[in-house]
Amino acid sequence: MEGTVSHKKPNYAAIFWALFILTIFEIAIANMPFAKVAVVLLLVFLAIVKASLVALFYMHLKFEKFIIYVIVLFPLFLAVVLTVMVLNDRMPTLLT
Amino acid sequence: MAHNGHIGCLGIDTRKLGMWIFLASEIMFFTGLIGSYIVLRFANIHSWPVPSTVLNIPLTAVNTFILICSSATLVMGLASVQRGYREGLQVGLFLTVLLGSVFLSIQFHEYHELIHDGFTISSSIFGSCFFTLTGFHGAHVLAGVIWLTVVLIRSFLGYFSPEEYAGVEIVGLYWHFVDLVWIILFTILYLI
Repeated sequence: MEGTVSHKKPNYAAIFWALFILTIFEIAIANMPFAKVAVVLLLVFLAIVKASLVALFYMHLKFEKFIIYVIVLFPLFLAVVLTVMVLNDRMPTLLT
Repeated sequence: MAHNGHIGCLGIDTRKLGMWIFLASEIMFFTGLIGSYIVLRFANIHSWPVPSTVLNIPLTAVNTFILICSSATLVMGLASVQRGYREGLQVGLFLTVLLGSVFLSIQFHEYHELIHDGFTISSSIFGSCFFTLTGFHGAHVLAGVIWLTVVLIRSFLGYFSPEEYAGVEIVGLYWHFVDLVWIILFTILYLI
């Protein structure tokens, strides 16, 4: 496709199996008798890894120009900032 | 791309750039919803139910696998048309439409069961969050299935080739984004 940097095709099957196995891990971890904080952190980490795999390889973000990263990541960053700032109200509750 | 008129000053196909800008607005929409969910959940941290006591996790896990499979079939279809294998594109698109429809059917069944058990959008703050987040996501899946069906029909009419496959790539961006959002929703709504 013109306008797209020519690149080697990702191994789509490998990405699929990675997503499949990571989802099994997620379900297993959710049912493990670990501390709640550890479970939440692990699950959030795995969800971010899976979402990144989809964005980078299935959506070909890895092979896009820098401007696409700016378009996509800037609103994401602002939304995270917004959520963290509003959560300040609950921080004393969370820390006790 | 066969049409040089589609390449903008940034050196990116303008149709694809338009889709990425649309997806940026979708990112703001969904992160706004998810951010609200996180704030509301922390605000009601002691009264929030354990999701597995209310929701059918095994059924939704199956649905998650279905959506992951649908992304794989679509990307395989795209790879097929890039290699000039049109039948592969048609099979990929058909399977994606089928899997998307199965996802919606299972979600409909899930809603039916939950509402039958008294868990509705107005029964609790968790219910409001759950139905708002999954409802908007489901609406996006429905839009994606309709769009993919149109692309499937166009593929049978011979619209796509190794030189011209932007229509498949752009619907793919949308569909994978919907998959990506579900990956996040499955974790924060069902597992945590």
